[in-house]
Amino acid sequence: MAAEVAAVRQETPKVRTLELAAPDWPGHRAGQHLDVRLTAEDGYQAQRSYSIASAPGEELALTVERLDDGEVSPYLVDEAREGDMLEVRGPIGGYFVWDGDEPEPVLLVAGGSGVVPLMAMARHRARTRATAPMRLLLSSRTLEDVIYREELDRLAAAGDGFAVVHTLTREQPRDWTGYSRRIDRDLLAEVAWPPSESPRVYVCGSTRFVDAAADGLLELGYEAESIRTERFGATGS
Amino acid sequence: MEIRDLKLDGNAIGGLMLELVGSDMTTTDCVCGGCGAHEEMARLDVYVGAGIVVRCPHCEAVMIRIVQSRERTWLDLSGTASLELTP
Repeated sequence: MAAEVAAVRQETPKVRTLELAAPDWPGHRAGQHLDVRLTAEDGYQAQRSYSIASAPGEELALTVERLDDGEVSPYLVDEAREGDMLEVRGPIGGYFVWDGDEPEPVLLVAGGSGVVPLMAMARHRARTRATAPMRLLLSSRTLEDVIYREELDRLAAAGDGFAVVHTLTREQPRDWTGYSRRIDRDLLAEVAWPPSESPRVYVCGSTRFVDAAADGLLELGYEAESIRTERFGATGS
Repeated sequence: MEIRDLKLDGNAIGGLMLELVGSDMTTTDCVCGGCGAHEEMARLDVYVGAGIVVRCPHCEAVMIRIVQSRERTWLDLSGTASLELTP
């Protein structure tokens, strides 16, 4: 179906949010993704999956990170502008979703732009005043690379049960008091709910990141079935 | 880049399966023809290269192979014992 770029917003030097006006969009659940298809003049088509950043009920928005050797993301991050038309398909996914009516605490673990579908969940929680406590552990390279930083701070400051914990793996500001290492079992142990509270867990990032986080959670006693993961890579369907 | 960096999961082929089959299969129960394990499609290992190879996360047997060209799609399900589609 057709979607028009309604607005663009630079999030970090490599990441941009595109708000899309899609009159035929049927709505979505927090955590779902969609496919964007670009067609060149010679008929060559490239298609990639992108997580939906907006909460259900909000205007459709994607947040896209530029992969320098990518076929689609450089266009979306550097060139797409208001009024451009995209072909999208979706929403897609019934597994990596959170509907907000479950009472269990929620642990979100994200590496870099893996935060995007989890942001849809955090926004959905705030919009619906869901009461399930939610913690986000977000691993970024530098403070400048933290996507949605101000909004996450605002959500956490509301004091309604949402918390965000940052770790900066490559470079930290001089006065940084947060974590400064890659996610491992010990870091997860400090942030994660005890497995006895039956938390719902969503992990999203690169394959290496997801594997490290999932392994750490398994070591802490989490059941494999309780950990929902979504991996992204330079290649897509 | 190592081969493990190419590993994705069944979420990544959700859109493609929607196009091929007409329904969202990310929560479809898939039974491995090799070891008999049940998993939702989103939890299967997916490797994307010139084609797409879907492997069982338990025994690593190939369950699904997909090759696409501009004109046609070739779908090999010989490693899958069954798929349970729900509306």
